[in-house]
Amino acid sequence: MGDPALSRRGFLAASAAAGLSMTALSGCGGDSDGGSSGTTTIEWWNISTTEPTKSVWAALAKKFEAQNPKVKVKIVQLENDAYKSKMTALTASGKLPDIFHTWGGGVLKQQVDAGLVEDLTDRTKPWADGLLSVAKEPYLLDEKAYGIPFDIGMIGFWYNKALFKQAGISTPPTTWSGFLDAVGKLKAKGITPLALAGKEKWPGMYYWAYLAMRTAGADALQKANDDKDFTSAEFVQAGQHLKDLVDLQPFQKGFLGAAYSTPTGQAAAVGNGKAAMELMGQWAPVVEADAGKGLGGDLGFFPFPAVEGGKGAITEVFGGGGGHALRQGAPQAAVDFLKFFASESTDLELVKKTGVLPVVPSAESAIADPNIKAVQAQLKGATGFQLYLDQAYAPALGQEVNDSVAALIAGSKSAEQVSESITKVAKEEQ
Amino acid sequence: MTSTFLPDKRTGPDTDVPPPAAGKARGRARRRTLNWFTAVGFQLPALVLFGVLVLLPILFALYAAFFRWGGFGMPSDYIGVDNFTRLFDDPVFLGDLWRCLVLVLLSLALQLPFALAMAVLLNQKVRGRAVYRMLFFAPYVLSEAITGVLFSMIFAPDDGLADRLLGGIGLDGLGGEWFADPSTVMATLFLVMTWKYFGFHMMLYLAGLQSIPRELTEAALIDGANAWQRFRNVTLPLLAPTLRISVFLSVIGSIQLFDLVWVTTAGGPDHHSETMAVTMFQYGFKRYQVGYASAISVVMFGISLVFALAYQRFVLRRDLEGATTTMRGGGK
Repeated sequence: MGDPALSRRGFLAASAAAGLSMTALSGCGGDSDGGSSGTTTIEWWNISTTEPTKSVWAALAKKFEAQNPKVKVKIVQLENDAYKSKMTALTASGKLPDIFHTWGGGVLKQQVDAGLVEDLTDRTKPWADGLLSVAKEPYLLDEKAYGIPFDIGMIGFWYNKALFKQAGISTPPTTWSGFLDAVGKLKAKGITPLALAGKEKWPGMYYWAYLAMRTAGADALQKANDDKDFTSAEFVQAGQHLKDLVDLQPFQKGFLGAAYSTPTGQAAAVGNGKAAMELMGQWAPVVEADAGKGLGGDLGFFPFPAVEGGKGAITEVFGGGGGHALRQGAPQAAVDFLKFFASESTDLELVKKTGVLPVVPSAESAIADPNIKAVQAQLKGATGFQLYLDQAYAPALGQEVNDSVAALIAGSKSAEQVSESITKVAKEEQ
Repeated sequence: MTSTFLPDKRTGPDTDVPPPAAGKARGRARRRTLNWFTAVGFQLPALVLFGVLVLLPILFALYAAFFRWGGFGMPSDYIGVDNFTRLFDDPVFLGDLWRCLVLVLLSLALQLPFALAMAVLLNQKVRGRAVYRMLFFAPYVLSEAITGVLFSMIFAPDDGLADRLLGGIGLDGLGGEWFADPSTVMATLFLVMTWKYFGFHMMLYLAGLQSIPRELTEAALIDGANAWQRFRNVTLPLLAPTLRISVFLSVIGSIQLFDLVWVTTAGGPDHHSETMAVTMFQYGFKRYQVGYASAISVVMFGISLVFALAYQRFVLRRDLEGATTTMRGGGK
């Protein structure tokens, strides 16, 4: 009786052992990759999961491999949110990929503070000096460069020229009071002046951040973060200016529940001509055409207006881009790859095919769209720069800014309360 | 060593075996050890998985709730019960508790009675009742995420199906901003919850109704009871065990509500539809204040646990007698 049972058990044990040794073997296989044969494999983690960028980048990796026969590039692509959570886990585990996507700012600083990121200042100096300086800004921490940009952009107003004409607005406003006037004129004609994705909170934060830059100056947001104090009169004023706008009821019906890129969201409202403006980044035209019909030639761009009497100028930009950083101790091949990726020929291709803004100044000849040219001109002439707050600040603080500005827009918080609650969270962190 | 040691310990139940037959006893003992090892061997993988994936995280969350911790490395900044005092000072979290209570009460007062009415109706001989049953149950099969996306479109202000439909029949006044208006968002959310879950409770009740012997209703009929009396005094008491389970599931579901809210409103506008689970997610995965988020999860766990135990002890006792409680009353 015992025998068959035993043999069955024996079989199970044997197969379990076989399974284990298989995993062990495959584990070895993974580790020995690219060691002895003289080729180096560099892992490149990015978030370009959509076409055409996906295949353009893959082709660029092939080109780099052809130029450097001893280097293999292994591409790992993750969707934006999945990438962020995966990177959080990797940062906690203490090992990052050779080359990885970064937005700079607070998250990059966290990784740098943990000793996980390579200091690129000296190794990239000879060729990185020529890159657009505003584009390099997000990756500079304590005057050291920890990343190389491939894209840069900024927030500004995207508007419908036809609707502006209909309301009798001949030129886009350059001052805040002029802007409020324009909103009034549009409303008088029965046109919804602004589209806003209230459900997602970050688009509303742009208004407050820009107003704070215009009233308190371009470096005030960074300084307030360092001092953990957002209660200065200028920040309260910024909130007050936003309140003035909200009181005009400029947003589309149901904006508190609207998303950004869905068919009933903010971008679609502008893209379908239902709202005259949105405050959004350089990607806005693409999303407007994707979620809605798109405005084509009727779409225009103007920078966020200056606030009368404020310390900031209309030439100071709020924005950010995309870049690559290297893990601490990444091979030389990874640095070579960054150089290749920031070269003029690569940038020309990226600008032409994937619609990013050039980081190599000479590549701007490849921009065809007049609106993108306007954005580029604004960026080139930028006299000050502030990185997106959710990247510049610690996560909790960035979220609190979004949250309390959303409350101000919904009418449940005053300008003072916004400053207070942001300061409270800033003080709690560390 | 074990084979010589174990038989001595295990003689307790085997005292009927006479001493001369020690070899036989030892054989039995060995088989018993073997059985024990087999049992443990088969259970070990499941126990390890349960321990690592369920028990350990619960205990760890309980531990992390007493620290200020950002999720990197191990928690080290011990702050006692600060997270909990902060929690019960936070108007958003107190609002979560209130909204949870509102949803529970609305479910018990409207959703479940509605499900019961439909179940009683579809227990009659109605033409095409199988079709109705299937249709009403169908929403339950959809995932909450898909339901959420669907209803965000239906309740989109102006352009959504709901507003268009109401406009089409001249009832524009009833339309509105649904999820986008702080004053209507909870009602809209409850409407969607009811749409999704009443079919499930209806199915439970139908199963319960069908296990009630027809003879009892017939006997009541012969005794001259009218339809309401038959329902009130025969059907309802016999359906009580099913009702009690259904209430239990509904309450626990309301406490843990997340997916539907996250997809439709993300807790907005301005926190007016936020639930405990949404707040926990915001702090844990958006703000990386994992210690504080752990405190929220501990409170959620506590509320669920206290409710579950109290409900089992005081309400489900009759139904569970002999199953999970003691055998008291089993002889009756």
